Amino acid sequence: MTSKEQPQSTDTIGIEMVKHVALLVRLGITEEEAREFSHQFNAIIDYFHLLNEVDTASVPPANASGPSSNVLRADQVAPSMSREDFLKNAPQAEGSFVRVPGVLDED
Amino acid sequence: MELHNLTLREAHELLSTKKISSLELTTAVLKRIRQIDPQLHAYVTVSEELALEQARQADARFHSGKQITPLTGIPFAVKDCISTRGVRTTCSSKILENYVPQYNATVIDRLAEAGAVLLGKHNMDEFGMGSSCENSAFFPTRNPWDLERVPGGSSGGSAAAVASGLTTFALGEDTGGSIRMPAGFCSVVGLKPTYGRVSRYGLIALVSSFDTIGPLTREVYDCAAVLQTIAGKDPRDSTSLSEAVPDYLKNLGEPIKGLRLGIPKEYFLPGMEAGVEKSIREAVRTLEGLGMQVREVSLPHTKYALPVYYLLLFAEASANLARFDGARFGRSDREQAKNVVDMYLQTRREGFGTEVKRRIMLGAYVLSAGYYDAYYLKAQKVRTLLRRDFETVFEQCDVLAAPICPTTAFKIGEKIDDPLTMYLSDIYVVATNPAGVPALNVPCGFSQGMPVGMQLIGKQLSEALLLQVGHAYQMATDWHKMRPPVA
Repeated sequence: MTSKEQPQSTDTIGIEMVKHVALLVRLGITEEEAREFSHQFNAIIDYFHLLNEVDTASVPPANASGPSSNVLRADQVAPSMSREDFLKNAPQAEGSFVRVPGVLDED
Repeated sequence: MELHNLTLREAHELLSTKKISSLELTTAVLKRIRQIDPQLHAYVTVSEELALEQARQADARFHSGKQITPLTGIPFAVKDCISTRGVRTTCSSKILENYVPQYNATVIDRLAEAGAVLLGKHNMDEFGMGSSCENSAFFPTRNPWDLERVPGGSSGGSAAAVASGLTTFALGEDTGGSIRMPAGFCSVVGLKPTYGRVSRYGLIALVSSFDTIGPLTREVYDCAAVLQTIAGKDPRDSTSLSEAVPDYLKNLGEPIKGLRLGIPKEYFLPGMEAGVEKSIREAVRTLEGLGMQVREVSLPHTKYALPVYYLLLFAEASANLARFDGARFGRSDREQAKNVVDMYLQTRREGFGTEVKRRIMLGAYVLSAGYYDAYYLKAQKVRTLLRRDFETVFEQCDVLAAPICPTTAFKIGEKIDDPLTMYLSDIYVVATNPAGVPALNVPCGFSQGMPVGMQLIGKQLSEALLLQVGHAYQMATDWHKMRPPVA
C-alpha cells in the first residue's frame, strides 16, 4: 500500500480547510457553520479510516455496476427539448438567452 | 369496501369487470389524502386535476375495451425526485421548491402509456440524503403506525402513503436502502431492482452508480406488476441494461421447495432489537417450512460496506449537485450578486439544507488532490471486494434473508443531531447498491408495536426469483394484510 493510500488518524480538518472546500463547491457558509462542520467532518472522516484495515494491494477499483463499455449511438440529429420549454425554467430569460450576473468582475 | 385499501390486483379485477370506475377509485383516494395527509405529510404536491383527467381517460379505455393493462386506471404517486412534466418536482429541497419539469422521466412515460393515474409527488429526505424523511426542507413525514416516529427514508412519503391507503402504489428510489428501509418501517413491500434494470432518465441523480427506481406496494403481486411495466432498456439511459425483461408474474405461486436460503451471519449483530431478530428468524422458519434449504453464509466485508457507501456517495453526490447553481433553473439568489460566483454562493447557501451542504463538502474533500487515493480510490477497491462477497455467496445459495435495520422505526428527532449516528442505522441496507444487486423488503412481523421488515437479496437480475419467494411468504402469512391505525 503506498503512503498516499494510508491517511493518518491525526489528519484534522480545520476551519480554514472547511472554508476552502466550501469555496471550491460554491457554498456560502458562516463562521459558525465552518466551526460546526469542522468538528463533524473530523468524526466522519475518522470513521472512514476503518477502510485501512482492508488489504487492497492487488484489488482493482470497481467501476459502475452497469454495462462495462461505452454505449454509443449513430450520430443522427433528433429532436430534444424546444428552446421555449427550456427557457420556461430559466430564472431570467432574455430573448433566446439565459441571463446570469457578470462572469468577470466589474471592479 | 374501502377503495383506498384495494391492492392493485383487486382494483384491476373490479375495474376490468366495470364494478368500479377509475374516476370513483381516484376520487376516493384523493378524498382520503385530504382527510389523512394533514397528519402524515406524505405528499409535497397533489396533482388533483391531472389525476381526474387521467382517470377519465382510463375509464374511456375500459369503455372501448382497448389498451387495457394491469395498471390501467390505477392511482399512483412517486417520490419527488422523479421528473413529471407540468407537475412541480422538488426533491424536497428549497432549491427546487418551484421547479416544474418540462419532460417526464421514462418511468412516468411508461406508466402513462399503461394508463395509470398520477396523484402527485411524495415527500423525501432532501435530495435523498437521509434515512428518516427528517431532512426534507419542508416537513417530516410521519410513520402511520406511530405518528411520533419516522417512516424511514429517504422514500418515507411513498412508504407512508402506500401503508395508509393514500395511493395504490408508489415509485420510490433506493441509493442505499431508501426504498427498503421505509418499506420495512411502514410494513409495505418495497423492491430495489438490479442497477440498470429500470431507466434513470428523468430521475434527479444523487449517486449515479447506485441510484435505482423501484415500486412500493401492499403486496408482492402488485410489485411484480409494476416492475413489469417500468423495467427495460432505455436508449436515453446509457446505464440501462440490455437484457430482456422476463415475465415477473409467471412464477408467482410456483413452489419454492428446494431453493437455498442463505442467512448472512454478519447481518445479525449483538445489540439488535430482540423483537426484530425474533421476527426475522420466525420468517426464516416459515420459508424453511415451505421447503427452502436454510444455511448460514458469510459476507466477510460487510462491516466495510458503510464507509465504502458513504465515501462514494459524498463524492458522486457532490458532483451531481453542482448543477444547482441558480443559472438555468431552480432557485436563484442573484439580486445582491456582484458576479456569477456570488450568485452560486448565495443560491446554494439559501437553497440547500445542512445535511446536503455537509455531504457536498465532504465529497469535494475526499476527491481533492492529496486525498483522492486515500479515500475515493480506496473505497472503489473495497467496493470490488463487496461485489465479490455477493458473487461468492450466490454460488452457495439462491437468495439471502436479512433484516433491513437493527431496530424498528425510531422517534422523530432521536438521531437527527449526530450525522454519524444516522449513517450507522443504514448498516444492513448499504452493501447492495455498490454491488448492484436487487433486494425485496417484505413485512414479517412487529416488535414493540412497530413493523419489522425482512429483505430478500439476490444476485443481479434475480428479481423474478425474489418476487417468487416473497409471494410464497405472503401466501403463508398475514403481515401484509395489516393496516396502520391511522383513521
